[in-house]
Parts: sequence; C-alpha cells; structure tokens
Amino acid sequence: MNYTTVVGLEVHVQLQTATKLFCGCLNKFNPDNPNVQTCPVCLGLPGALPVMNRRAYELAVKTAIALNCNIAEFTKWDRKQYYYPDLPKAYQISQYDLPFSSDGWLEIEIDDETGETKRIGIIRAHLEEDAGKNIHDETGGNRDSRVDLNRCGTPLVEIVSQPDLSSAEEARIYLEDLRRLLKSLEVSDCNMQEGSLRCDANVNIHVHTDDGKTIATPLVEIKNLNSFRNVEMAIEYEAVRQFQEWQETGKTFGEVLKRTFGWNADRGFTFEQRMKEEASDYRYFPDPDLMPVTITSEQVGAIQQTVGESPVDMRKRFQEAYELSRYDASVIIDQGKSFSRYFESVGKKCGNGKSAANWTTQDVLRELNERKIEIELFPVTDETLGILLHKIELDEITVKSAREVFEILLAEADAGKSVTPARVDAIIDEKNLRIVSDTGELEKIINEVLRKNEQIVADFRGGKQGAIGPLIGQVMRQVGAADAKVVREIIVRKID
Amino acid sequence: MLSATAQELRDQQECGELSSVEITSVCLDAIDEHNEKLNAFLTFDRDDALQQARRIDERRAAGETLGPLAGLPVAIKDNICIEGVTTTCASRSLENFRPPYSAHVIDRLRNAGAVLLGKTNLDEFAMGSSTENSAYGPTRNPHNLDCTPGGSSGGSAAAVAASLVPLAVGSDTGGSIRQPAAFCGIVGMKPTYGRVSRYGLVAFASSLDQIGPFARDVTGAAMLLEGLAGYDDRDSTCINQPVAKYSQTVDQPLEGLRIGVVKEYLEHDLDDGIRSSMATSMDIYRSLGAEVKAVSLPHANYSVATYYLIGPSEASSNLARYDGVHYGHRSSEFDDMIDMYCASRGEGFGAEVKRRVMLGTYALSAGYYDAYYLKALKVRRLIRNDYDAAFQEVDVIASPTTPHTAFQLGVMSDVPLSMYLSDLFTIGCNLAGIPGISIPCGVGNDGMPIGLQLMGRALEEETLFRAARMFERETDWHQRRAAL
Repeated sequence: MNYTTVVGLEVHVQLQTATKLFCGCLNKFNPDNPNVQTCPVCLGLPGALPVMNRRAYELAVKTAIALNCNIAEFTKWDRKQYYYPDLPKAYQISQYDLPFSSDGWLEIEIDDETGETKRIGIIRAHLEEDAGKNIHDETGGNRDSRVDLNRCGTPLVEIVSQPDLSSAEEARIYLEDLRRLLKSLEVSDCNMQEGSLRCDANVNIHVHTDDGKTIATPLVEIKNLNSFRNVEMAIEYEAVRQFQEWQETGKTFGEVLKRTFGWNADRGFTFEQRMKEEASDYRYFPDPDLMPVTITSEQVGAIQQTVGESPVDMRKRFQEAYELSRYDASVIIDQGKSFSRYFESVGKKCGNGKSAANWTTQDVLRELNERKIEIELFPVTDETLGILLHKIELDEITVKSAREVFEILLAEADAGKSVTPARVDAIIDEKNLRIVSDTGELEKIINEVLRKNEQIVADFRGGKQGAIGPLIGQVMRQVGAADAKVVREIIVRKID
Repeated sequence: MLSATAQELRDQQECGELSSVEITSVCLDAIDEHNEKLNAFLTFDRDDALQQARRIDERRAAGETLGPLAGLPVAIKDNICIEGVTTTCASRSLENFRPPYSAHVIDRLRNAGAVLLGKTNLDEFAMGSSTENSAYGPTRNPHNLDCTPGGSSGGSAAAVAASLVPLAVGSDTGGSIRQPAAFCGIVGMKPTYGRVSRYGLVAFASSLDQIGPFARDVTGAAMLLEGLAGYDDRDSTCINQPVAKYSQTVDQPLEGLRIGVVKEYLEHDLDDGIRSSMATSMDIYRSLGAEVKAVSLPHANYSVATYYLIGPSEASSNLARYDGVHYGHRSSEFDDMIDMYCASRGEGFGAEVKRRVMLGTYALSAGYYDAYYLKALKVRRLIRNDYDAAFQEVDVIASPTTPHTAFQLGVMSDVPLSMYLSDLFTIGCNLAGIPGISIPCGVGNDGMPIGLQLMGRALEEETLFRAARMFERETDWHQRRAAL
C-alpha cells in the first residue's frame, strides 16, 4: 500500500502598481507607519465610492497572458461579504463567476538533471483588493487588537492551480517557477516576507491499496504558507498525517467537508483551525458601484507585446548563447529582468559569456548588495564593464588589473565624478596597467635588471630557485603591466 | 420674502434689493420659529450659514462673477457628507459621525455660490416613505402637522414647503424625492441614474440611489439641478455627458408634446381627488396642444416586488460597514468580536433598517440568490424594456406621483407592506434609471396636496422641466403655501 500526494495551490500576488486598486492611495509596504496610506475610499467611509485602477487590470492581464490563460472580453466585480475588523466595508471587492482570466498553464521543470518538465493547469486568475492587517497584542493578558489599513485595497491577483502537483517538492518548484515568472514580468516584487506573495495549499492523498483500488482522502486547505520551505514541509507533513488519519478513521473524500488547517512553522506540524460557527456564505453579488470591464483583442495583443521572454526560455538561451551552466544562468535570471539585460549587454561587449557571468554575479552583485541599490543605479554601466572585460579578452590588461580599474571606477563614482566608458582607457594609462606585449622592449628591461643584479643571478645559477622572485618583481615594477609568466620565462631563458 | 421663489431671490440679489445675509437670516429665523414643531432640520449652524452668506455678499460687492446659485440658502438631506459636519443618516449608528470629506454635490453647490443652511431629517438611511423611521423623531407635514411629509427626504420637502428654505437637496431610491414633493405640494425631481455624482451620498441601494432637487417651482428645481449635475470621475456610474442649461430653456413650451398615461396605474385603488386631478391635468395639457394617450407598462405590477428585492439586497451589503469597528456606534458591552458586531449593530439600527438588512441578506444567500436577487434583476430588465417601448410612442409618461395624499403619522408604521405599496408609481423610474419629476397638480378632499409625476427618457431632464413648466404656467397649485 502506498499513496500519492495531490496538491493544488492558491497563490495571492500583490501587484506593484503605484496606487491601490480602487483609490489613489500609495501601494507601498509600510508597516512602521500604520494607517497613513488611507483615504475615505479604502477606509470604507459612508458615501465613498471605488474607481478601478486601469493599470492594475493591465498588470493582471499581463500576468494571465504569461500563464497562458484565456482573457475574458467581459469581466465584472463582485462583493464577497464577511465581517472582520481588517475589512472596513465588510465586503471585499473580488471576482466571482466571471474572472478576467481562466484556463491556463505553467510549465515547471521537475528534474534539474534531465530537464523533465510538467504542465500545471491554472483554473483561473482573478483580481481583487487586499484586506488590511490585524495586529494582536496579547502581551500581559492584553486582549486588544489593532488594525492597520495601509494594505487595505492593494491589488491582488489570485492564481488558482489545478490539483496537478503530485508532491510537496513539485509544489515548491511550481511556486519558485511562478515567482521567477512574475518577477521577470515585473508585475510583483514577490517578497514573501512582506506578504506580496502568499500561498494556500489544498492537499489530499490518493491511497493505492494492495487490491489495486485508489481512495482519495478528505480535502484540507493549509492557509498562509509564507516561504517556499514552509510550503514544502507543510505539505510533506500533511500527507503523512492524512495517511495516518485515513488508517485510523477510514474517512474518504466527500465524507468530510473541506477543512482549514494552519502550519506551525516553529514546531513543524499542521493543525486544524477553529471551525467557523456555520458554513460560510459570502453572499457574492455584482458590485453596483463599479462598471463591468471589457477588453478588445487588440488591447490584449498590445499587453501581450509587453510580456517578453519567459524566464525558462531566457535561461535556456543564456546557457546556449553564453555557454553558461544552468546554475549561473538561473542566478542571473533570478535577479530580475534589468539585471539579465545588464548581463547580456556586458556579455555581448566583452565576448566571453562566462567572464561576464562571473563579473556580474560576483563583483557587481556584491557591490549592489553592499550599496543596497538596484542595477539601474549602478555607476559602472553595462557598456563600461563590457569595454573593461573586453580588454582582458584582448590581452590588453590582466584580470587583476581589470579589478583594479573596476574599483577605481567605483571610487570615482562615489566621489561624485562621472564615470564614462572613456575612463577605462584613461585609468589603464594613468596606472600604467597595459600589458607590454612588445617583447623587444621587455627584453631590454630584463637585460638591464640582470646586469644590475649580478649577485642574484649568480645565486640562481648556484641553484637558489627562490632568487628569481626579486628579479621578476623588479621587471614588473618597471613595465607596470606585464604577464609575470612571460617575464619569468624570458629571465630563465636568459640566465640559462 | 419667505414665499419668494429661488429665481426671484436670485434676481433681487442681483439688482441689489436683497443680500444673502438678509435672505439667510430670514430662513434661520423661520427655522428657529418652526423647526421645533416640524423637525425638518437635524443640524443647522446659524453662524456658519451667515458667514457663508456674508462671504457671497462681499464677493458680489467686489464685483466678482458669482455662480448661478449665489447667495441662495440650500438645505441638505442628512445622508450627504459635508466635511466636518455631523452626518447621521437619521441613524443612531452614525450619531457622532463627522465625515472628513465632502460629497461631490457639496463641492458643486459651494462653487455655484449656494449657502449650505443645514442638514435635514430623513427615514434612517433613506429607508421609508414617511420620515417616521428617523432615530431623531418624525418630520411633520407643514400643511397638516398630524400628517407625514412623506419620505425618505421628508425633512427637505417639509423645509421647502414651510418656506424655511427656498431650495433643498434630497435623494431618491424608490420615490424619496417625488413622493414627499407630492405630499408637501412642491416640485421634486429624481434625475437620470448617473446624472448626478453619488460620491459622498451615503449609499442605501447603489444601483437606484440618485441625488436631486426640491424647489417651490419648476424653475427653482431646474436651477438647482443645473448646480448639482455634472461628471465626477470618483463615481464610476456617473455619466460623462454635458449638462443642459435647464433654467434657460425651462420657459420654452414643447411643440407637439406626446404624453402617455400609464394604463396600469389608473387601474389601481386611487384617492378620488387624485383620479380627478389626474384627468384635469391631462385636459390642461390637451388644451396646450399636447397629444395625450394611454400607454402600457405591462410589468408595472412587479415593480414593488422587484424593488424590495434589489433595494434591500444592496442595502444589506452597503450597511454592513456600520459595525462599530472603525467609526460609528460601538456598543459599550460585549463579550467577544462577534458579540461586538451584533450588539453594536443591534443598538445602532432601527426596526425598518433591520427588516431590510434581513430581507436583503436572505435574498442574497446561497440557495436563494437565483430565485430572488437574480430573478429580480431579470424583471428589472423587463420593466426597463417596458419604458423603452412606451417611449417609442410618447415623449413623456404621466401618472399620479402617489395613489393617495399624505397619511396621518403612525397609521402605516405597523403595516410595512402598505407603506411599501405606496411607492408603486415612483419605483419604476429608479428601476429603469430614467428621470421623473413631481409637480403640484391639485388638492385632495382632505386638503392635502396632490402630485403629478412626469417621467422621461434617460438624460431628457430638459424635456421634463419644460413639460412641467408648461403645466405650472397654467395653474397656481405651486403658489399655495402651507399656513403655519
């Protein structure tokens, strides 16, 4: 007897619009200043009315197109009604029976080594407003709760997958690939800590009995999984728990209503949340304050133009065109579209993809992290870095010298000087870093050094191998930039 | 001065015979004298009103170009938000609610130079036809203090009828402007749905609510609607179409006007006085060259049932926010969160509001939605189609505004269904989204005013004003004043 885990994910993604879905308030994560990004509309004050943010709708459509969904020509808004302090209107403006998109799929790579993929169906993606946040202060027996409505009215796309995921690992991969896609679309920052990507998992198992039957267990929804790791661990745990429960109770799918569970991340177990007093009835009905939304195929086409290359396609292209490993290509793509563009531009200019990848994922990324800035604000532009790295390829400078130039460029930028591509050559000349490739010139200098250091030459001839070091050093100091290996070879040849 | 029309008061200011401060003072004195017995105003601030008036007088003296309502006092139904002014909706749940913003119509009125005189009484959240469902006591009809002024905009209607103010703003969801206008012997119009922005009007039933004017005569109503109407991008249901200069065309009679009298309405149980006034009114129109004929609205008899599903359904949702969490009344005693909701709402709402919230909640519930709410939407479409068909044959549809004149206070309170049925003739306009006006057209055997309702095609307010004014010129019902 064994079992298969069956998982469908509901993912909530906050769209990165400038303003909220139905009012002009800022859409910004701002937990330290509660209730400052609010107005009569998102506070649900009497008489205030919502007006749809067209940009949010367009970003949502872009998301759905990238998920291969059908875009509905006609969609409408519905009120989902329930009472909770973080929901000031006591209804959420959402979409019920006519979501703006449906029937799509996302292809995920379930095996790194073989590259085996699996297509996960998307039932629907709909647009809705986020609620605020209740903050419970229970210290010292305090029963008070506070409500922060900064988040209230933020645009959310809810992406509902088919139960096509067959393991906890697949669920994690789906989520990772989905996040990579959404980030590359630049529709969301997908920051799970800040709640801009949230996940609920619908889980049950199919038990395969020894007599060849398959039995499905009752469905459980695990709410609010806030990291990839938690998604994987919670599903893993829940599958085992359901198998044990089935062995104890024999209850199958349909015999028990869908239950809502939580996940205790600290102690690693799922637990049933307090049952609602009665079956929830959200009394959905069309919101009379909002007009239905229509979109033409031309408009869909225009948005489609903005979707661009998928991260999977881009990764494959990077691996091939720049001879990168899967890992390196993924690291670059995971930094987002602008960073990928930066890499690609550097790679083209320098002519060595591997070198461009090393520099961007190590040197550049380190500087970005230290400076806490995005690639767009990085002072060494793709053009400048490309030119610099190209000089390594041309044997004009050494890697070590390139690093020195890179640091000087950054220091100059920090000092407020403008860093143009022309500065690369200028610095190389100022610091005398150009590799001397004229061996006639080099040999003249070496002869001079050998003539001045007869004692050291004698020591070397007497078998003191280490004596050559100072000779090389002196030559290098005079030529500034020379390949130390070449210098050594010439010296050895001459002394011998 | 108290009996002057809005136009007369405007002209007298323009030629320097009167100041806004003088007009406003007279209104405030009248309120001081009569409001206690009428209970038309819930809030007024003498100093603030006089300050607004003074400002207009100063600007006029300085030779500034003033708006079309300059210096005219206007009363505002207390379900329309004015920043910093208590807006109760006649509910205990919003007893101390001071909105931090003003409704679109308030901004427009201020720009037009109006003096906002005060906030008027209504049925709680505009739910009712008598202004008896107010947490702050009923309003009384100036023509007979034992009678209702109608509702829900009873305070606004009574204030104009009692000459406490020349103009007032109301809201109409199923007849809440036209019915009290009829009961009080004044002019009231519900414009086309979307003609006036609802931003800042506290919602009762969002797809039916519309703000509109009250005045002593048709011209006053035309002037006020001109001030209220216009596009507002904060209301997604607001229509982006230019507003006609109603007050400039109102005196132009309509040539070849075709009037349709609703056959189904006349088959109802009507007061004798109403039936005869209706006939006389149509004779007057014939004498003015209009063609009068019968038209049919086959689904008219379903309008009350349809309305009492759609209205309460939307209301149950719109009023869910009054839970005491963020503003409004919160009970002082409760055990847990659910209990806080129940206690706060239980204490905050009156009986009629509770009845409608329960009706609507039921109609939207899983398993009932299709049979009630969805079915009502379908019937609403049929009712709208009836009007479209009728307007192929006629330009204006006429009916009595109400089946009977103003009733005595208290007689209907225990029979909500009879009260609901009294909206029969006015509900159609709201369901179809078309404009309707009520003008005085007679007096019943009980001495109470009778209203004639004219309904028009969407956005044809101008036609209604001109048709109404044709009638008004030939009669003096609008000059009849309540003797207080």
